[in-house]
Amino acid sequence: MVMHFEYDIEGGDFSKAGNVSSLLKKTLKQLVGNHKIVKRIVVSMYEAEVNVVAHAYSGKVIIDIDTDKISIQVKDKGPGIEDIEQAMQDGYSTASEKVREMGFGAGMGLSNIKNNSDEFELTSKLGEGTELKIVAYLKNL
Amino acid sequence: MRIKEIVDIINGKVVCGKEWVDTEVQKGFASDLMSDVLTLDTDNILLITGLANLQAIRTAEMSDIKCIIFARNKKVSREMIELAAENQMVLIECACSVFKTAGELYKAGIKPVF
Repeated sequence: MVMHFEYDIEGGDFSKAGNVSSLLKKTLKQLVGNHKIVKRIVVSMYEAEVNVVAHAYSGKVIIDIDTDKISIQVKDKGPGIEDIEQAMQDGYSTASEKVREMGFGAGMGLSNIKNNSDEFELTSKLGEGTELKIVAYLKNL
Repeated sequence: MRIKEIVDIINGKVVCGKEWVDTEVQKGFASDLMSDVLTLDTDNILLITGLANLQAIRTAEMSDIKCIIFARNKKVSREMIELAAENQMVLIECACSVFKTAGELYKAGIKPVF
């Protein structure tokens, strides 16, 4: 393991949405430079962060940066996702009007995270919360 | 095209990043939906939007977008300027609609992302 980070995300607070992604971007730029993989990872992180702010009460981000891969876990306490298959469909969203006014909530985030990751796992318990695990490989640098 | 030429074409006002207006931009994208912006994998683009909030700046930061035009006379807040300055972005306010802004820049040679 090269580096390990843990951060908390507050649900509903859009003014801070993106803080974790911003820190991750700065760290990755120092480690691997201006590579396309950095953009893919931080876009995934940002989409996941916005999801927690938009839908959950609170969340925790665990980032492990290894020599060959970056793993990100985002665990939230929140209402959970009733039907993950449906949630993964482009255009499906349960986002509030407030979230849409922020420029999100079009039902595109989860599939964008999947498209930008090499491994993607989404699990959820209704009434408890949602857990997202993504991995991006650095082998092609 | 240099950002300062873009500012002249749309009669815009640079409210952040005056020191970066010599940066070249070739392509543009217009959207109020940040989710759409986050799906782009093109670098060094210009974003035209009517969404004036912190998330527009955050989205640009994650997408490596260095220049944002806020059309429809939308005003940029102090918090937006602070975050944009940290990321060496140019923010431009413009009184025209998104349609007109995009149209004028397309006519002047800014290419679409797709």
